[in-house]
Amino acid sequence: MERQTTSAGAQLSRVGNRKYPRRRVSIVLQYAIFPAAILLLWQVCSEIGFVRRNVFPPPSAVLAVWYDLVTGSTDAAARYSGTWLDHAWASTWRVFAGFGWGVALGIFVGLLIGLSRAMERVFDPTIQVLRNIPVTAWVPLSLVFFGIGNAPAIFLIGLGAFFPAAINSTHGVRQIDITLYKVARMMGANERELLARVILPAALPSILTGARLAMGIAWVLVVVAEILAVRSGLGYLLNDAYLFYRNDVVIAAMLSIGLLGFLSDRLVVVVRDFLLTWNKRETFGGEN
Amino acid sequence: MARISLASVTKRFETGDSVVTALDDVSLAVQDREIVTLVGASGCGKSTLLNLIAGFETPTAGQVLVDDHPVEGPGPDRGVVFQQTALFPWLSVEDNIAFGLSLRANRAKADPQQVVEHLLQKTGLSAFRNRHPAELSGGMRQRAAIASVLAINPSTLLMDEPFGALDSLTRSIMQDFLLEIWEEQRKTIVLVTHDIDEAIYLADKTVVMTAHPGRIREVIEVNLQRPRRYDMRSESPYIALRDHVTRIVRTEAIKDSGLSAVN
Repeated sequence: MERQTTSAGAQLSRVGNRKYPRRRVSIVLQYAIFPAAILLLWQVCSEIGFVRRNVFPPPSAVLAVWYDLVTGSTDAAARYSGTWLDHAWASTWRVFAGFGWGVALGIFVGLLIGLSRAMERVFDPTIQVLRNIPVTAWVPLSLVFFGIGNAPAIFLIGLGAFFPAAINSTHGVRQIDITLYKVARMMGANERELLARVILPAALPSILTGARLAMGIAWVLVVVAEILAVRSGLGYLLNDAYLFYRNDVVIAAMLSIGLLGFLSDRLVVVVRDFLLTWNKRETFGGEN
Repeated sequence: MARISLASVTKRFETGDSVVTALDDVSLAVQDREIVTLVGASGCGKSTLLNLIAGFETPTAGQVLVDDHPVEGPGPDRGVVFQQTALFPWLSVEDNIAFGLSLRANRAKADPQQVVEHLLQKTGLSAFRNRHPAELSGGMRQRAAIASVLAINPSTLLMDEPFGALDSLTRSIMQDFLLEIWEEQRKTIVLVTHDIDEAIYLADKTVVMTAHPGRIREVIEVNLQRPRRYDMRSESPYIALRDHVTRIVRTEAIKDSGLSAVN
């Protein structure tokens, strides 16, 4: 097996690229064709008046508004002109603050449950019940407790991030190959060495899967929290623009959330791939 | 004085309501620097016996002594080689071999770098030192696993079907590899196998076990010349031993399965 095994399809295409430069063009096309088709269809629908422009503005208008949102140079976004960076930053740091405490606590509790049947009996039933309460159902209580502001937002995001981190950490410990544990014990590893050098590295792939799921949930919850509990951020921008009937700003905010969510996910993936160079598996990629 | 001795060892496993007697009143002595192989049909308790010596299990009755001390748990004096690859998938071959010596318990034992270098050479894995286990063939993986156990220099090697997952050609090469190491280091080896050829070829003493409950049926002295050579397998003393062991194992397996004997 090769070190950097990816998919059978990807290997084929690497060979293909060197010989046939046209191949690369066709790959770019494959990536571009679907989003381009959507944008085109959307633009056409708006242009022919199939939907009213102020109800569903065309991509060209959204782009113009987005540009002004970010730069503040054309006033296309009117009262929102130039506010993008503040909102984007507000949302991003809330996501990372909530993600940080939720995932950290989740990993800690998840490992405890995974390592000890006693801890499982203490914590697991409660967690299993609580995780079935949608985090959005915590909104009223968290507003009563924390008031309007960052605190309820970060609480809700962390709560949402906690469960996948905890459950996947427990799973990560439970699926460890018992042989590896036996080998280390046979060689004389003490408790600390077993934890740091066998259990944690073996559980890491699953822990990081939990972190990735948590990041996805964090972006969902930041929008919920910003609509209901705090007066800044992309979720707030989206809701406020909706109240002022600025659907172009709404769509620009939506796409901004999608983009930042995507970048955050990439960040987790990059960290994961950095930590788990050994965990690459051969996957089915289909014909290229 | 026997290096390992089992005195009337019984091991029962309780699973729900039923009790399985894996080993029933088993006594066995393994001398220092001896290779003893345990052979028998599946379910005869040979792996249980190995786990008792390794300290992963405790006997229900009787005593397991290593160097006259009762076994109280696993320890680096008894290196265990498992059938499944027992390598850490996140470590390179080199780091896997160095793992044991990097533990606090073994740190004073030897210079890890020197040991690793020697073992990489011995196992022919020098060129693959930076590879991860997933990037090795089955035979290479098992050689790396054996090297990682040899690194902590145990006086006893306990091997649980170490070559069971390998194809027959690789397996016979690995058997010679093991004998070569034994000729050099003369460790005490207890090896579990269901391959009768392997059991005889490697052993000073082959223990034939029977199932339900697990008992020792016969202990056979293998008085073949050492060092062993592959072509001994076609010579008459070897064939006589193999026929003898095969007859017992077959008879017992047929009896156990409830089938009427075909011949």
